Amino acid sequence: MSGRVLVGVKRVIDYAVKIRVKPDNTGVVTDGVKHSMNPFCEIAVEEAVKLKEKKLIKEVVAVSCGPQQSQETIRTALAMGADRGIHVDVSGKDYENLGPLQVSKILAALAKQEDAQLILLGKQAIDDDCNQTGQMTAALLDWPQGTFASEVSLEGDKINLVREIDGGLEHIKINTPAVITADLRLNTPRYATLPNIMDSLMNNETELHKPNHRTSLCVGLIPLFETVAPEDMQGGTDRSGAMLRHTVLQSGKPKRIILSCLCI
Amino acid sequence: SFSSGCILFKRQPAVCLLLQKIKTEHATPQLYTTLHRRACSTVSTPRITTHYTIHPRDKDPRWEGVEMERFADEADVVIVGGGPAGLAAAIRLKQLANKHEKELRVCVVEKAPQIGAHTLSGACLEPSALTELIPDWKERGAPLNTPVTEDVFSILTEKYRIPVPMMPGLPMQNHGNYIVRMGNLVRWLGEQAEEVGVELYPGYAAAEVLFHEDGSVKGIATNDVGIAKDGSPKDIFERGMELHAKVTLFGEGCHGHLAKQLYKKFNLRENCEPQTYAIGLKELWMIDEKKWRPGRVEHSVGWPLDRNTYGGSFLYHLNEGEPLVALGFVVGLDYTNPYLSPFREFQRWKHHPFVAPTLEGGQRIAYGARALNEGGFQSIPKLTFPGGLLIGCSPGFMNVPKIKGTHTAMKSGMLAAEAIFPKLTGGHRTLTPEWGPWLHVPEYAENLKNSWVWKELYAVRNIRPSFHNYFGLYGGMIYTGIFYWIFRGKEPWTLKHCGTDANQLKPAKECTPIEYPKPDGKISFDLLSSVALSGTNHEGDQPPHLTLKDDSIPVARNLGIYDGPEQRFCPAGVYEYVPLDTGDGMRLQINAQNCVHCKTCDIKDPSQNINWVVPEGGGGPAYNGM
Repeated sequence: MSGRVLVGVKRVIDYAVKIRVKPDNTGVVTDGVKHSMNPFCEIAVEEAVKLKEKKLIKEVVAVSCGPQQSQETIRTALAMGADRGIHVDVSGKDYENLGPLQVSKILAALAKQEDAQLILLGKQAIDDDCNQTGQMTAALLDWPQGTFASEVSLEGDKINLVREIDGGLEHIKINTPAVITADLRLNTPRYATLPNIMDSLMNNETELHKPNHRTSLCVGLIPLFETVAPEDMQGGTDRSGAMLRHTVLQSGKPKRIILSCLCI
Repeated sequence: SFSSGCILFKRQPAVCLLLQKIKTEHATPQLYTTLHRRACSTVSTPRITTHYTIHPRDKDPRWEGVEMERFADEADVVIVGGGPAGLAAAIRLKQLANKHEKELRVCVVEKAPQIGAHTLSGACLEPSALTELIPDWKERGAPLNTPVTEDVFSILTEKYRIPVPMMPGLPMQNHGNYIVRMGNLVRWLGEQAEEVGVELYPGYAAAEVLFHEDGSVKGIATNDVGIAKDGSPKDIFERGMELHAKVTLFGEGCHGHLAKQLYKKFNLRENCEPQTYAIGLKELWMIDEKKWRPGRVEHSVGWPLDRNTYGGSFLYHLNEGEPLVALGFVVGLDYTNPYLSPFREFQRWKHHPFVAPTLEGGQRIAYGARALNEGGFQSIPKLTFPGGLLIGCSPGFMNVPKIKGTHTAMKSGMLAAEAIFPKLTGGHRTLTPEWGPWLHVPEYAENLKNSWVWKELYAVRNIRPSFHNYFGLYGGMIYTGIFYWIFRGKEPWTLKHCGTDANQLKPAKECTPIEYPKPDGKISFDLLSSVALSGTNHEGDQPPHLTLKDDSIPVARNLGIYDGPEQRFCPAGVYEYVPLDTGDGMRLQINAQNCVHCKTCDIKDPSQNINWVVPEGGGGPAYNGM
């Protein structure tokens, strides 16, 4: 066993920012908007670093697919304790069309290339809420998957996992190599402190990869027809689902607007 | 949001026990008195402030055994604040270093999560300083895309508008200037800085100034992370980092919290007037294309403010490919009526018949607020001290009638860099006999006095104080017309300000409450939805960074005498007086997560009890091109 863990980190619009649909309805405005690491990816990085500190694994490699700015996200992961970073350069139109299927193909290819023992991902990204990448990666590699993990412990070459499911908690035991996706209660991520950020800037431990045609970013695209903001809340009608959202909005905290995405 | 008052109210008996324990050991008299009074008085005040600047950790048993040592690093120059002044200084330093082939380590720490995210300004930029710093800014793609084409000035009454001709020579005339989105310009400056080799660290706030034994400035320390809301350490607690430098530049912007400490420590304000301020609120609107007139600059004074309250509005039509306008309202913080709410004046102004048509059919996409300097020439403090100096809006170089401070801030940063560079790299050595660890750079103040910044500020020094007369606004405008437009500010006298802004409030019983109209949801809006648009957020589980020196004063004094003005002047709804859970009376609730870092509360609190300190870095607003 190589003792190497791949952690996927995604650069997304920060959760506190109020998003705005572009005037031409082709998506949301991202230019100049504050971005940060997906909160579930932070939890995944923290878990990987914790496993390394317990000496159960040897190396943590942070992977991100995206444009040049994804390197900042990788740097944050390095500052949290990852050893190496891999930036898969995807920009422009390819980046707009990048979805879970393409990312899982990239991760599967990298897992084979790096001889990874474990892949740790966040359960979903807060921009698309797809919750698919972990599962697809496991299927492509034909590895067992432990999704929505709220507790992970390694026992020899097996993993004990507690999963958060609708009915409560599920305890499973899976073989390695495996894919695990992190849920909220897995841990509390540490801060990326300044000395570590300085180190990661100086040492530049990030490799740049360009996806090749075998990874084929064009296959399996989901065409996006339109992005619209949801309708304004109408007062007076008693719909319990709507009531819940209204109450949450009234607490003064910004809430993510759910976009309707039409696809075939 | 969660109120810290509730939980600690139940813990009071424990606090009493704790106090008994502390009393017998060495407790500083100050700590003893405040805690003692709070825990053992008959009027029990729920504990609000838990920050370690008010409750030191070395006496707190929860911190026993916690590793408090900090990692330290050395740089040649550390700059606090990644705004126009800080970045201009950094760029100029590295330009000089690269030109003379010297190695120079310049680090900029900035509390915003990315450079430009805490920047808010009108803004009409005078490109003079930028051209001096980066002469080929156009080729490099600086976001100055909107030259001013039309300049309109009005005096507003409730229903009508009196146009004022904008003659050349008046300070508000904008020929040759650019309407910019300052956040984008600062972001561009950040990219230029990285290109010349400056180390930028956004997301890390300078929380503490470090001193050598002889009292000179050694550098700064960034904020600690992982402290819980009640002041105790969390599992993920980590100390901040120390950055030591030969000279530290403080460019925190208007009313910086570290600068506040430095004024006291080095007595920098003994020969100048206290700084006076205004609050500026701003929104960005996407308007109907038919109403869009790119390059048009509109300013107004008058309604809805009365003639004795300084303030006015701006509305700029940007030209960046989409029909975007930047509009806002400025209210001088020397207002006397505690019932005045700058936010609601702003919302009210938007309904004026001259303004509303532009906004009809449009959509608001951003909101923010920040305090700005109005003291001008009379309020400039001593600028240098052993180991450091002050640049930008922190000491305050804003040209008030022009409402521009960016060009002077950048120039001050550049002059600081030019004064420091020869001292850092040999030639002159410092005043100490052998090579000391710090630099004192009084040449910076000398150079500033000989530059166009000084001349410009001197010429307009009497315009703002001239508003303090019976005729208020109109007296001030007449004064400006005679003494500035005709005599160019050469009159031999220098008018004084009226004292600090905090002392200007009259007790609530002497003033009439103001009836503000309800927001209509199309042009005017309520406070909370506006705050949501600023994208502001802070890690919830940290001590509130709006610290009170004495937790009992807000209800006793601010609410009792002034009817709680902080509920009204805070543009983010941080302060709320809510009924106590048990019994009668009110308590102050601080919603620290809403804070947009405008600093108005620190300035205007009539009891000067609120001390704004920096929260965990990366928190605060997420402005995008404001």
